[in-house]
Amino acid sequence: MPDLHEISLIVNGVVREVTVPARRLLSDCLRHDLGLTGTHVGCEHGVCGACTILLDGEPARSCLTLAVTAAGHEITTVEGLAGDDGPSAVQRAFRECHGLQCGFCTPGFLCTATALLRENPAPTDEEVVEGLSGNLCRCTGYQNIVKSVHRAAELLAEES
Amino acid sequence: MKPPPFDYHAPTSIEQALAVLAEVGAHGKVLAGGQSLIPLLNMRLAAPDHLVDINRVAGLDAVEAEPGGVRVGALARHAAVERSAAVRSAQPLIGQALRLVAHPVIRNRGTVVGSLVHADPSAELPAVLALLGGSVRLARVDTERDVAAEDFFVGPLESATEPGELAVSAFFPALGRRTGTAFVEVARRHGDFAMAGVAALVGLDDEGAVMSARVACISVGPAPVVVDVSAQAPDWKAAARAVQDRIEPEGDIHATADYRRHLTGVLAERALTQAAADA
Repeated sequence: MPDLHEISLIVNGVVREVTVPARRLLSDCLRHDLGLTGTHVGCEHGVCGACTILLDGEPARSCLTLAVTAAGHEITTVEGLAGDDGPSAVQRAFRECHGLQCGFCTPGFLCTATALLRENPAPTDEEVVEGLSGNLCRCTGYQNIVKSVHRAAELLAEES
Repeated sequence: MKPPPFDYHAPTSIEQALAVLAEVGAHGKVLAGGQSLIPLLNMRLAAPDHLVDINRVAGLDAVEAEPGGVRVGALARHAAVERSAAVRSAQPLIGQALRLVAHPVIRNRGTVVGSLVHADPSAELPAVLALLGGSVRLARVDTERDVAAEDFFVGPLESATEPGELAVSAFFPALGRRTGTAFVEVARRHGDFAMAGVAALVGLDDEGAVMSARVACISVGPAPVVVDVSAQAPDWKAAARAVQDRIEPEGDIHATADYRRHLTGVLAERALTQAAADA
């Protein structure tokens, strides 16, 4: 039996202590050990982007990160995007523009778009498409997702 | 789709990392960005007994200008190298290639040196190192060696890195005077591994005539295929034919050998034309 590792992760601003085998993927740690099932697991080899979370503020595949590697780092999942006063601007924009249908890929898109707009508050169409290119959606055809990101940029600009 | 069990090591210094690697030898595997290794673990295509996670090793993430080029540390992520002003001014081909490496989110974690050691014949960065004649610095306990790109890429997914060694950095030579570069590729979907791709380096003399022209081709051999086409320059069509004669593509589910050869010819002409215009 391989050794277990006691690690602490700062998830959505809260320090969480957890004991995991070294091979535990961060995606499984978040879902199974910490009960944060908002992070979805699609392909488990880095293609679909559904499991994208923010690792120290930058989007990363949680299925391609070991929980032990992330020890001591700050993680934001889709559960951590909303503020005390409700859904974030990106979440509201996705709702307003129908940026989702079945919703499976949405947590990954929300995390990716949140970081994208933080780095580039007024992206062009091309920059949005490039920024989201690592996330797959089988429902929407992407048009409304791109619209949502532009709308989120407007909302963020209005609120700042 | 979960990694098989392994013993986990998380050294915090290069000395510790090298000591662990010496101890575990051929049973150990280095984990840096994990964007190639963890898929291999998840799919059980790799099952190392020991994983040596170097993410906590201090001092490995430097990206520094050196005389004659730029040195990239083992923990420098693609995204950081893409943003580096030192890299941009020393060698634009690195940035031209990085834009084609997977997706931005993957580039946040994946490392340049990791991609070199992984030695995927479809990957862009090995072609860049091979075309420029760069090198990889391999360290083991008490010693280190620099391996030239031409000796580093041994075969598909096989580099010259030996058990017990850690690739601590890679050196990319700077762009020469009046030299232009380009990297073009064709992939089935944006961000996928390329069915074919060509990096080009063209140098001009003071009168603007082509002095040297070389390409490196990906996805058409066991390792990046470097072809000197100075003799054909500036007839890039003839150069493209010479490149097509040199490569040995194999067909697979993504593209037939003939199609890869055709694409490589088209891309070679395009890359050489762009690089010459850029010089």
